[in-house]
Amino acid sequence: MQTKIDELLSKPLVVINLGLRRFAESLEAQKVAVIHVDWIPPAGGDKALADLLDQLL
Amino acid sequence: MAFGFVIRKNQYYDSVFLMMVSKRLAGTKGVQQNAVLMGSDANKGLLSNIGIHDTQIDAARPTDLIVAVIADTQQIVNQVFDNLDEYLQGGVPSASVSKLHSLEDGLTQKPDANLVTISVPGEYAAREAHKALEFGLNVFLFSDNVSMDDELKLKQFAVKKNLLVMGPDCGTCLLDGVGIGFANVVRQGSIGVIGTSGTGLQEFTSQVHNAGFGISHAIGMGSRDLSDKIGGLSTMVALDKLEADPSTKVIALISKPPGTVTLTKLSKRLRTCKKPIVGCFLGIQNEIKAGTSFQRAHLIDDAVRLSILQIGGTPVSSQDQFTLQELEWLSRENSSWSSQQKYVRGLFAGGTFCYQSQQIFQDADIPVYSNAPLNPKYRLASPDHSIEHSIVDMGDDHYTLGKPHPMIDGTMRKQRILAEALDPQVAVLLLDFILGYNASIDPVGELLEAIIEAKKMTQNRGGALSVVASICGTDDDPQDLSLQIRMLQESGVIVFRSNAKAAHFSCNLIKRR
Repeated sequence: MQTKIDELLSKPLVVINLGLRRFAESLEAQKVAVIHVDWIPPAGGDKALADLLDQLL
Repeated sequence: MAFGFVIRKNQYYDSVFLMMVSKRLAGTKGVQQNAVLMGSDANKGLLSNIGIHDTQIDAARPTDLIVAVIADTQQIVNQVFDNLDEYLQGGVPSASVSKLHSLEDGLTQKPDANLVTISVPGEYAAREAHKALEFGLNVFLFSDNVSMDDELKLKQFAVKKNLLVMGPDCGTCLLDGVGIGFANVVRQGSIGVIGTSGTGLQEFTSQVHNAGFGISHAIGMGSRDLSDKIGGLSTMVALDKLEADPSTKVIALISKPPGTVTLTKLSKRLRTCKKPIVGCFLGIQNEIKAGTSFQRAHLIDDAVRLSILQIGGTPVSSQDQFTLQELEWLSRENSSWSSQQKYVRGLFAGGTFCYQSQQIFQDADIPVYSNAPLNPKYRLASPDHSIEHSIVDMGDDHYTLGKPHPMIDGTMRKQRILAEALDPQVAVLLLDFILGYNASIDPVGELLEAIIEAKKMTQNRGGALSVVASICGTDDDPQDLSLQIRMLQESGVIVFRSNAKAAHFSCNLIKRR
């Protein structure tokens, strides 16, 4: 059975980019299906609150 | 001197964007120092280190933008803040602004995604990577400052879910011809490579391309995957996959020394590989024995040659063989040195180039100091002050905390070149230039003025500075490779297409003195 890793090496890449926008731009330049996420720290950067929210969801 | 700062609530930007804004501010007349960063605890610590304290800064959150400026006059400080939007807008990238702010948002647009690339600040990276794995996605984790405990947990979880984690601190990947992160444009072919070093992978893949051959996949693992704590979890998975991959005929492995326990486990695995495998473990001499399918390579260039031979190709000449032209340079270069000149100073953007160059000097019995030493005995007391023969990794955290990596921006190396040129004992400046996606678009142009000035400073003292450089890249890279080479050569720089060859040449220059 083909795993997700096998797909990575044998099927076209479909990428979600979190963080540096230029990484998404370089993938776009190579005609890769990529979506850039303007990532922001969860819960306004309050890690304890983010952990709590993760547990609740 | 005057000082001021502004805080913009809920205005978040990525680190490269902020560094570009900071660079523009630094170019403003009268601005002595500036900091453009988000209000994380680590960044607030950086501000405190340069003497900037305020209760408002203490209260800033990681989603708040802080801009601090030290300038000649209060008028200049005020002008900067009045025009802050222009400085910020100058950094707005060409692509449209995303309305997506989380991995879940991204998944709504790309539900068929098979890879998440993560380059968020290290303190949040493990959380995002774990989420991606939970969603059944492979991860390319560029972020560093992820703890070893978190790395282990992520990789164990990935193995359980049949997924691959490349990183943390993974700079380079080439999957089926697509470059991710810092990667060169190389043709596709039948040589697969796994690496724990980004610049090591770039050098290997570029040299394979330049020799006329191609790469099936180049899989980055992150710098710590072969440590005993992580045990090569991702490397073992990547080996299995390349072993089974029909497009891969030979597998190369490029790494710094693995942990002792991992090395034993790995050598067993390498000797039973069904495909020919070439292992280059920089800094290790004899610990791994070659087997029927497994060959040892001392340097990256050796790994390229052995891999090409395995697919029936004819490799290029060895890095320690010089052409007639290069031999002529060898005898010409040191003839104009003054009697004081005797030391090499290597200033590297690529960590692996720093490491490999030290190995070449060590092989030649030339002791060399470094901030990232091969032998702990030769650690520089201060990374900012070279002594005798010194080779400095300028991509080290000491230089990049809150500042752009030298692969993106040459400012720090430019300053260091001029500092080295003040030392009358310096004879050779050894440099690297790295091309490819996401690297500076003109790495040579950024340093050229400083190189010319350094040569002039030495000449004015009655000597001559030899500048030896290697360029890692291909003619298909976004930068113009031939122009980059020409710019160096026209300024009297001796240019090689391999770091190993440039280091060998520098050793020979010193030895022939």
